[in-house]
Amino acid sequence: MDVLIVGLPLAGAIIAGLFGRAIGAAASQVVTCLFMVVAAVLSVVVFFDVAIGGNARTTELFTWIDSGDFELSWALRVDTLTAVMLVVVNGVSSMVHIYSVGYMSHDKHRPRFFAYLSLFTFFMLMLVTADNFVQMFFGWEGVGLASYLLIGFWYEKPTACAAAIKAFLVNRVGDIGFALGIMGAFVLFGAVGFDQVFALVEGQADAQFTFIGIEGHALTIICILLFIGAMGKSAQLGLHTWLPDAMEGPTPVSALIHAATMVTAGVFMLARLSPMFEYAPIALEIVTYVGAATAFFAATVGLTQTDIKRVIAYSTCSQLGYMFFALGVSAYGGAIFHLFTHAFFKALLFLGAGSVIHAMSNEQDMRNMGGIYKLVPYTYILMWIGSLALAGIWPFAGYFSKDLVLEAAYADHSLHGGFAFWLGLAAAFMTAFYSWRLLFMTFHGKPRASNEVMSHVHESPMVMMIPLLVLAVGAVLSGIMGYSYFVGDLRADFWGESLFVLPANDTVEAAHHVPGWVPWAPFVMAVSGIALAWLFYIAKPDLPQTFARVFRPLYAFSFNKWYFDELYDALFVRPAMKLGVKFWKAGDRAIIDGFGPDGVAGSTRSLSQRISALQTGYVYHYAFAMLIGVVALVTWYFLFQVGN
Amino acid sequence: MTDQILSIITFLPLVGVFFILVFIRGDEEAVARNARYTALWTSLVTFAVSLTLWFGFDRGTAEFQFVEEYAWIPSLGLTYRMGVDGISVLFVLLSTLLTPLCILASWEAVKTRVREYMVAFLVLETLMVGMFCALDFMLFYVFFEGVLIPMFLIIGIWGGARRVYAAFKFFLYTLLGSVLMLLAILAIYFQTGTMDIVTLISEARIPGGMQLWLWLAFFASFAVKVPMWPVHTWLPDAHVEAPTAGSVILAGVLLKMGAYGFLRFSLPIMPEASAYFTPLIFTLSVVAVIYTSLVALAQEDMKKLIAYSSVAHMGFVTIGIFTMNQQGIEGAIFQMLSHGVVSGALFLCVGVIYDRMHTREIDRYGGLVERMPAYAVIFIVFTLASVGLPGTGGFVGEFLILVGAFQANTWVALLAASGMVLGAAYMLYLYRRVIFGSLTKEDLKAILDMNLREKVVFAPLVVLVLWMGIYPVSFLDVMSVSVSNLIDNYNQSLAASEGISLASLWSGE
Repeated sequence: MDVLIVGLPLAGAIIAGLFGRAIGAAASQVVTCLFMVVAAVLSVVVFFDVAIGGNARTTELFTWIDSGDFELSWALRVDTLTAVMLVVVNGVSSMVHIYSVGYMSHDKHRPRFFAYLSLFTFFMLMLVTADNFVQMFFGWEGVGLASYLLIGFWYEKPTACAAAIKAFLVNRVGDIGFALGIMGAFVLFGAVGFDQVFALVEGQADAQFTFIGIEGHALTIICILLFIGAMGKSAQLGLHTWLPDAMEGPTPVSALIHAATMVTAGVFMLARLSPMFEYAPIALEIVTYVGAATAFFAATVGLTQTDIKRVIAYSTCSQLGYMFFALGVSAYGGAIFHLFTHAFFKALLFLGAGSVIHAMSNEQDMRNMGGIYKLVPYTYILMWIGSLALAGIWPFAGYFSKDLVLEAAYADHSLHGGFAFWLGLAAAFMTAFYSWRLLFMTFHGKPRASNEVMSHVHESPMVMMIPLLVLAVGAVLSGIMGYSYFVGDLRADFWGESLFVLPANDTVEAAHHVPGWVPWAPFVMAVSGIALAWLFYIAKPDLPQTFARVFRPLYAFSFNKWYFDELYDALFVRPAMKLGVKFWKAGDRAIIDGFGPDGVAGSTRSLSQRISALQTGYVYHYAFAMLIGVVALVTWYFLFQVGN
Repeated sequence: MTDQILSIITFLPLVGVFFILVFIRGDEEAVARNARYTALWTSLVTFAVSLTLWFGFDRGTAEFQFVEEYAWIPSLGLTYRMGVDGISVLFVLLSTLLTPLCILASWEAVKTRVREYMVAFLVLETLMVGMFCALDFMLFYVFFEGVLIPMFLIIGIWGGARRVYAAFKFFLYTLLGSVLMLLAILAIYFQTGTMDIVTLISEARIPGGMQLWLWLAFFASFAVKVPMWPVHTWLPDAHVEAPTAGSVILAGVLLKMGAYGFLRFSLPIMPEASAYFTPLIFTLSVVAVIYTSLVALAQEDMKKLIAYSSVAHMGFVTIGIFTMNQQGIEGAIFQMLSHGVVSGALFLCVGVIYDRMHTREIDRYGGLVERMPAYAVIFIVFTLASVGLPGTGGFVGEFLILVGAFQANTWVALLAASGMVLGAAYMLYLYRRVIFGSLTKEDLKAILDMNLREKVVFAPLVVLVLWMGIYPVSFLDVMSVSVSNLIDNYNQSLAASEGISLASLWSGE
């Protein structure tokens, strides 16, 4: 069954990708959607078997690489952590597949689109079922490829092509860290299988090694390197710049890859490697700081964006920050819980936004929307549900997971925990604000679109609304139903051995014993954020402009995304291009060729010309030359030979 | 018959040459057609025969297999001695596989002097295969240098506009190294009294100071062939001017000769010098990876871009060889094989559109996916393999090399790993400019997708690149024992030595 779950999406991708032209768009859609739904149903079955029934297992397929001690196989490892991911990935993916049937109905490249979607799902499944570092890396790079293909799906748009390359390259920067981390782990443990490595971690807890001249605690160095990989994939501060640009892809892609699944791979990786990170406290501290900073940073940028998808993208970035600081304070269960609920409500928000974009004739700028809530009532309600879940209002899913994450940070009673808690609270306030800003700007107020567009505004077809409904059910119920399993009293049995926490670091337990005001704080933040958004965009619509004028630099800083793109452009992109040209023209051509082959050929030629110039034909010239030679020879003889 | 299997594989192409030269007569068109078919069938039969090596090769031993030995010039102590081990056997197969594909790829592209062209290719095949099989130093030298001649002719006669310049540059560079290598071979002969490679690599004891000199002499030859920075500048010109099939062989097989030389001779015969010069190799290789990747980024000519990418990829290979551990060396050999397939395929990809538009300038293309979907798929497969995406052949070698490098020197691993980003940058940027975008250029609007012949050329390469990525074990198995034997011998020699310094270069001890 595990093989089927992973294999069906691949089969779908191959059928639609290679034979899509032959069998037509409709058949491609049917095949891929059907395969995905079957895989999703099987995933639920496996989930109950593994997570509730406790039947964790590994299916070994065949050897992949075998070079000395570097030995590993293709294998499917399914434990609770994987089972949760299977449900998330296949659940959201099947809904996105079905939704896309409606959303992409006007596109002439549908077989290709569905092939990419299924291919992505396959790679993601390989990632979450890996039983060794290298297969995880396979899935990791594979989803990167699928993301590249899907962001650049509309290849005629230069911006889409640029965004696709940017996503791939920024991810690759992170992947250097991941790859070096794997190598470090291999050098330290002599193995790359998770089971072998985890069994050896405790024995190597104090080992030291030297990396690029830095001598230090081996596990810390390895974990930091691996975390750099996670930062790239999960768009953490510094390596986040690709995610907003990735919104160039079709909206269902943003929902599946850039909200629910691929970007959470980094979170999954750290949870999977919890047995290593637990013995690398400094690495965990770094994870916490980076996560908290990302949560805060992305929220500030989200405040001022005007593209509906980019607002949600920054919100994703920010929520991923929450997950990371949860991991950083060892609340692995909490992080995965937030990953789980977030997948539902964020996919819902994205697909809802897609429904709006679809209704508004492909308009994405919220400044050109407004006043449509009566025209698309169901979408409107569903967006409310998604926003309530995101902001963390009881009893929606986000309330349970986000509160727990913040409580765990507080309960860590450490400097980095406190840092995460306070920044997380501030981000919670901003999250609520920008979510309702989005709702109000999109649906309320006076219509700002042209009459032409407004006359076409319509509710999306059923094939798009049903997936939204399914996700909405998840956004409402996943928190309240999952709480006791993921982080509550049943968690020990639920997780089994898939997560590892040192007894001293059990912040999930401690999170249940925080002072009474702590659980209330995020709720108060959320409500005040909503109230402020109401004030800004409903009660006093002039306020935002005044605000932007008065706090011009702050506003510009946020609106321009803290100038990260400009900085990287100046630091890396343009210098690389310039260096390339310089090395080519000055290095290869002028220096190496100039002094090398061309120079040799040239000087041979000029030498031979000069020599032929000597051959004048006059006897006295030759005689003179001979005389010089004789003098030279005699001098040399007397100076060096006679003395000896 | 099976006793002479290596000789048969080596000289079978010459039988085809004989047929072409003796029996093919008639008007120009008939000659061209018959020459094509004769060459194709000859190379296919050669490939089929060479498959017996794949099935008959014993993966459990490091000994040379299929060994043949005949007196050649007894008065000089020269012997005709052939044999393959786990390091060389796969290169023989790579050569016999690529040759028929090259002939097929030149089917319509080469229109002048077809008969001579095919002869040149078949001779080239003989020399390549012989080079990898030779177990006598002089025999090796003859093949090693002989390869240059048909390649020189292929570039010089069937090449592009600046073909003469490129051919001479190619020749000048390689000549210098060759002379020094010949001297080194003679020196070894006078020192040890044998030309037998098997004896030399297993029991040669050359004094440390002499090792340094010999190592440098071999290095001069091998570094040019690899090519290593800074003696790489012949490669872009040679590639740009060479006809498509010439580029395929050049990148696919000829570049491997230098690295093969390091593995076959430098490490086993001059272990102390190899250890001594490892930092030099690492430095030049890392520079090659970063420098040429950046240069590739700036290229406007497709073939030049891929040529520079070859230099970068071969930089990985030389790093892997000198890591002196199982992962590094197996990775290096694997990378050579996969690079042979991938870069060969990439040059074929360029050839496909060059044949249609007669330009290699990147800016002249754009939006090809619109008219050429099959081509876009093939091209992305090899682009990704070149980038080293897991699941393709490009990944396994690169990753193993980095694993090896990490154990040898973490700085090298880190700096070489930056090639992962730069490599992706120039390849994806190339792909975007050629394949993506909207199809606006007038002359591209009628371009045709690949025909059946072209698909047939690519099919085996696609299968191979995926096979190497998903089940690399079938290749790693072949080399594993030979590589560990190589490393054991190397470590033993090093343990027995007393260490050398640059001073021994001058004292001659």
